[in-house]
Amino acid sequence: MNNEINGTVVISANNLTKKYGDFIATNAITFNVFKGEIFGFLGANGAGKTTAMRMLCGLIEPTSGSASVAGFDVSTQPESIKRNIGYMSQKFSLYEDLTVKENIRFYAGIYGLSEREISEKMKNLLEKLHLTDKQSVLVNALPLGWRQKLSFSIAIIHDPAVVFLDEPTGGVDPITRREFWEMIYDAAANGTTVFVTTHYMDEAEYCNRLSIMVDGRIEAMGTPSELKLDFEVNSMDEVFLMLARKAVRQAD
Amino acid sequence: MPSVLVKNIHKSYTTKKESVVALNNISLEVGKGELFGLIGPDGAGKTSLFRILTTVLLADSGSATVDGFDVVTNYRDIRKRIGYMPGKFSLYQDLSVEENLNFFATIFGTTIQENYHLIKDIYVQLEPFKKRYAGQLSGGMKQKLALCCALIHKPAVLFLDEPTTGVDAVSRKEFWNMLDHLKAQGLSILVSTPYMDEASLCDRIALIQDGKILLTNTPNQISNSFSGNLLAIKSDKMYDLLHDLRKYPNMSAANIFGETIHFSGDNTSIPELDNYLKLKNHSNIVIQKIEPTIEDVFMNLMLSNNASHEQ
Repeated sequence: MNNEINGTVVISANNLTKKYGDFIATNAITFNVFKGEIFGFLGANGAGKTTAMRMLCGLIEPTSGSASVAGFDVSTQPESIKRNIGYMSQKFSLYEDLTVKENIRFYAGIYGLSEREISEKMKNLLEKLHLTDKQSVLVNALPLGWRQKLSFSIAIIHDPAVVFLDEPTGGVDPITRREFWEMIYDAAANGTTVFVTTHYMDEAEYCNRLSIMVDGRIEAMGTPSELKLDFEVNSMDEVFLMLARKAVRQAD
Repeated sequence: MPSVLVKNIHKSYTTKKESVVALNNISLEVGKGELFGLIGPDGAGKTSLFRILTTVLLADSGSATVDGFDVVTNYRDIRKRIGYMPGKFSLYQDLSVEENLNFFATIFGTTIQENYHLIKDIYVQLEPFKKRYAGQLSGGMKQKLALCCALIHKPAVLFLDEPTTGVDAVSRKEFWNMLDHLKAQGLSILVSTPYMDEASLCDRIALIQDGKILLTNTPNQISNSFSGNLLAIKSDKMYDLLHDLRKYPNMSAANIFGETIHFSGDNTSIPELDNYLKLKNHSNIVIQKIEPTIEDVFMNLMLSNNASHEQ
C-alpha cells in the first residue's frame, strides 16, 4: 500500500529454473523486487511457488538461471542468504513447547544477536505485542492470531533485508488478519522488503506488486490496478481465476 | 424433521490449570436439503460442535439430534447416516486412491458401483491417479478423495469441517460447485469455513466466535443487518489514509478491504471527509457509499462482542 518505493533491487531472479527429472517445477522466471516493497507471489497449488521460494531462500540449488537476494547469490552464497532473510510459514514457525520468551531468545540467539540486543528486542517486542504478561506462557497455549503475530515479529527480529511469508494468515478471524497486515505495512515502511504468498485474493490487493505463476512460469506481473485493467475485470479474484484456469498440469 | 437440531449445547475442556469453554449454549437447526455454513475463526468451537454431532465427543449439557436420532442414545444409527470430512486429512496415506474408496465402501456394507452416481463428477477427476498413494496427492486432490470417501455410503447428512482451508482459489470454487450438486440431490450439508467469501454461497449461515453464535440468518439478511452507512475510500497513500481515517471525528470503524478502506462513522458528510483528506495531503481521493459484506457485519459484531467482554 506504500507506493513510494526507491529503486534498490533486493531480490533479482533471472531465468531461474528448477527441474526434477523431466518435470520443470519452476520455468525460467525473471523479476525484481525493490527495497521496502510488498511483493505478492501468487499461483494455484502446484504452480511452482514453493520451489521458487526455496531457491530464493538458499534451500535448494537452481538447475539453471540465477538469482540474488539481499546482495548474495543463491547458488554460491546460500548461507549468507539464510542469515540475511526472515522466514515465516503457517506450517512451521515457533516451538510450541517453549514459552514466548524462550522462543524469542532462541531465534535471536540463532541469528547471532548480542545479549544486550536480545534484552532490548525482548522488551520492545513484548510491549508492542502486549505479551509482557504472557512471556512465560507456552506458545501452544496462545490463540492462533497471537502466535502468528509473534511468529512474524520473531521472523524479523534480526532486521533482515527481506522477509518471506508463506501463507501467513490462514484460519484467523478477519480482525486479526487485518492487524497482521498492518504489521506487514509497518515492516515495509521501515525498509524491510516483504515477499508473501497467499490464497486470500483480498490480501493480494494489499501488495504493491504481484506476480501470478501458472505451470511453473510467471504469467502476469504488475500492480493490482494494472492487472485488473489488463484483464478488464474488477477484482484480483477474477484475474487469478482467469489465469489459473489456463493451467494444464495437475496440482501435484 | 430437521436434519440437524442442536439445543443449548455446552462443552468445556478442563486441564489442571484452567477450564476453557469451547461451546457456550449453542443452538441451531439445519433443514432437510439445506446447505448451512458455520463461519468463524480457528478456536471458535466449530470442530467441537462437529465432533459432538458426529458422535465422537460428548457434550457437557444440552441435546442434539442428527437425521432424527439422538447423538448420545442413538449414536450407532447416526454413524450409518452421516458422512464426515474432518479438518485434518484422515484417509490412509499408504493406501491408493482406489483402495481408500473401496475400504470405506466395504466398511459401510456397500460397493463403489452401488453409489457411483453420487461421486461420479468428483471421481472422474481422480481416476487418472487411482493407483497413487493418497499421501502423495496434492491438497486439492486429497480434498476430493476425502469427499468421495465421505459420500460413498450415500449419507443423509454431510459434515465438512473446513474443507477448503489452505486450498487455492480455483480448487475452492470447484469444491463449492460440487456442494451445490450434492445439495440438488437432497443431501443436507453442514460446512465450516474461515473464508468469509464462501459464506455467501450457503443457504443460511451462523457466525461463531469464542464458542458463541453471534447471528444466524441468510447471507442477504446478514448483510442487510449492518447498521449505519458504509463508505469505501481510496487515495494514493493507502497506509497513511488508514491512519488519517482512524483520527477522523465520529469514526466508528476503518478497516482495509482489498483495494479500499471501509469506513463507517456517525453522520459522516462525504464532502467534509473529502476536505479533511485533502488537508492531510491525500490525492486521487475516491469516496463511495457501498453495500456492506458479510465480513463487515462479522467484524462489527466481533468488536461489540469483545467490548462487552471487557466491561
